[in-house]
Amino acid sequence: MKKLIKSIAFFFLAGSVFIFQGCKPKGPQEAVVGNAASKVYVAPGKYDEFYNVVSGGFNGQMAIYGIPSGRLFRILPVFSQFPENGYGYSEETKPMLNTSHGYVPWDDLHHIALSQTNGEHDGRWAFGNANNTPRVARVSLRTFKTEEILELPNSGGNHSSPFITENSEYIVAGTRFSVPIGENRDVPISTYKENFKGTISFIKIDPQSGHMSIGFQLKTPGVNFDLSRAGKGPSHGWFFFSCYNTEQAYTLLEVNASQKDKDFIMAVNWKKAEEYIAQGKGVKVKAKYAHNLLDEKTHTATSEMMTEVLQLDPTILKDIIYFIPCPKSPHGCDTDPSGEYIVASGKLAALIPVFSFAKIQKAIADKDFEGEFAGIPVIKYESALHGEVKKTGLGPLHTEFDEKGNAYTSFFVSSEIVKWNVKTLEVLDRVHTYYSIGHLSVPGGSTRKPHGKYVIAYNKITKDRYLPTGPELTQSAQLYDISGDKMQLLLDFPTTGEPHYAEAIPASLIMPNSVKIFKIEENNHPYVAKGEKETKVVRKGNEVHVSMTAIRSHLVPDNIEGIKLGDVVYFHVTNLEQDWDVPHGFAIKGAANAEILVMPGETQTLKWVPDEVGVSPFYCTDFCSALHQEMSGYARVSPAGSNVPIKFSTGVIAPEGKGTAK
Amino acid sequence: MYKNQKHMKYLIFIGIAAMTLACAPDKPKNQEQYPDQPTKSAVEDIIADPTKGIGAVKKVTLKTPLEQERVGRGLAIFEMKCSACHRLTTERVVGPGWKDVTKRRQPEWVMNMITNVDVMLDKDPEAQKLFELCLVRMPNQNVSIGDARDILEFMRQNDGAK
Repeated sequence: MKKLIKSIAFFFLAGSVFIFQGCKPKGPQEAVVGNAASKVYVAPGKYDEFYNVVSGGFNGQMAIYGIPSGRLFRILPVFSQFPENGYGYSEETKPMLNTSHGYVPWDDLHHIALSQTNGEHDGRWAFGNANNTPRVARVSLRTFKTEEILELPNSGGNHSSPFITENSEYIVAGTRFSVPIGENRDVPISTYKENFKGTISFIKIDPQSGHMSIGFQLKTPGVNFDLSRAGKGPSHGWFFFSCYNTEQAYTLLEVNASQKDKDFIMAVNWKKAEEYIAQGKGVKVKAKYAHNLLDEKTHTATSEMMTEVLQLDPTILKDIIYFIPCPKSPHGCDTDPSGEYIVASGKLAALIPVFSFAKIQKAIADKDFEGEFAGIPVIKYESALHGEVKKTGLGPLHTEFDEKGNAYTSFFVSSEIVKWNVKTLEVLDRVHTYYSIGHLSVPGGSTRKPHGKYVIAYNKITKDRYLPTGPELTQSAQLYDISGDKMQLLLDFPTTGEPHYAEAIPASLIMPNSVKIFKIEENNHPYVAKGEKETKVVRKGNEVHVSMTAIRSHLVPDNIEGIKLGDVVYFHVTNLEQDWDVPHGFAIKGAANAEILVMPGETQTLKWVPDEVGVSPFYCTDFCSALHQEMSGYARVSPAGSNVPIKFSTGVIAPEGKGTAK
Repeated sequence: MYKNQKHMKYLIFIGIAAMTLACAPDKPKNQEQYPDQPTKSAVEDIIADPTKGIGAVKKVTLKTPLEQERVGRGLAIFEMKCSACHRLTTERVVGPGWKDVTKRRQPEWVMNMITNVDVMLDKDPEAQKLFELCLVRMPNQNVSIGDARDILEFMRQNDGAK
């Protein structure tokens, strides 16, 4: 008998081990099949098929990868200082990080939106959001430089951003946290319901220059906005946002914002909002926010403080917004390529509701509402619903699409991507990710013209994927082939920061326009030296401005005297090279402001406040030629009040015995 | 057993064959990987007239007297893009001094050197001699052919042409 029990116990134990292993994602070494390596191998000298523009999350940057190789090409500084190229350190780039709170050196970049024309990627700009101090940035895909940053007033954190309309008319910025706005903001936190408001900013994009300005701002009931997508095709003119915390909780949101069975998808008719503005129904309110712009010709950014914003109140101006109930704290809110279906993912749900734009329109026309929430009509769930995808997985987050009518949804809790058919709502395939996937990306997967071929998983947990590097690890992404019926794992690749959303775009849309140099003839920097003849050292009070040139392999001037303790020295370094990939760097001993890197034809400025009398060496920090080590010079610093005159030269050798200090 | 052994031998043979094939270096397809290298016709041009260098400039007509507008523009380009490395005397700094360059070289050679420097340094024997002397590759300064013609006119003036 005992034996029997023992054997039964053993049986169960073995069984549970088996089941346990069955639940855990198997290592990709088991999931990878034969020809995976050849599908991601990009031979030396060959190029990747897609650019992958990936958000850096808490590093505040964007990163550029090649797909299918997964190789990292560049990290682009956006909302954070970047020691690699002096962004946020050089005098020219410091204004880019200016805000109404002053200089913010580090933020959190979550989402990417690539510019579109006719619902397709056009390869002009990449936009990114700053989640913490609310801002949106525009990066040029010609120069891969951050060209513009616009701050957002009346926002408590910019999360549902920067999603874009199909002709890049607008990108949106929805507040993550509702906060008191307006004149009186010193209110008890417990007055959330009456005093806290959300805002959604519609940022206008100038079609030629790309310049951003806040077109208008919608004042909404106090909830949390999470993610959003523009309508496309038939639903162009509308925008959809996921909302959570419709409980209007202000403490322990983990519990108190998860009480209701359903939160909302908010549908915004922005064409209607434009009509109200045309009728003069917008209200200008005071606001303080920074608008920072880089001039490509002066290579210099400027920061302007804006003073007002145009607001619309949809509780008064009807027909701008509607709520649609959506199960369990919705996160992702994605429109399919046809523009007819809106896929919403309740983080805590096990099913995915798919709404129909046509049905939403009919429900609005028929006033098929279940009531109001804070003065906004709430459409009946069933009236807006196309259907539910059942038995999917746990914790659906985000959905991307292919060109064949399929959707790919990421599941954080169950670590998988589920492929399903948008029309039939039938689950077709599922693959594990390693581990705990957040966002995912199909090339063109958010546009009217997806390119299919791959889906990339951006995971939150790395654990054992790579050789360990202590407690702090890189992030992990996986690439899957989706060209066949079954998704096939091809590649694991590490990513920097913590990627949230990313977009992938065919290389052919970007590569031909990539700038190689800045033309020295077009450089309008106020301290440019277009040739060594224009180099100079000029004293203005206690400021000393050095207009310096760099070319392989010397700096002009390379002997500078007449600097005194108490001076502030600006080295304006112009790179005279006009050849691709010949940057020069500049550093001087004791500079508290790091170094700079100067691209061909560009001028960048390093500020130096000498703190000791003596001679400080400076040098080029970018290995540029065989004589790079010789590319250096000296700056002499004399005591305050001394009468050493300003003097500068290169290649001048004093006669014997006359070079001594006076 | 015998059968298995035979299979083994067969497998080893395939394995070695595969390894050999895999290890054999591919012949680089230069034209595909280095699109900047000269096309066949450009190489033929060297043989046709080695004194004119390699590049798009085939024939230059010089006028007397000097075209003063070109001289002025050439000087401005010299100061912006060339003077960092070239003196107007015979003194060599980073690159050779310009004095008498128009007497030593054909005008086509000078303009090809300015506008097609990477190919010249890789293929033209005279350019290669200068590279061995100076040890710094002359940079591509993104000078158009029209601008190079202006520089040439300025060089002629520097060499005493009227």
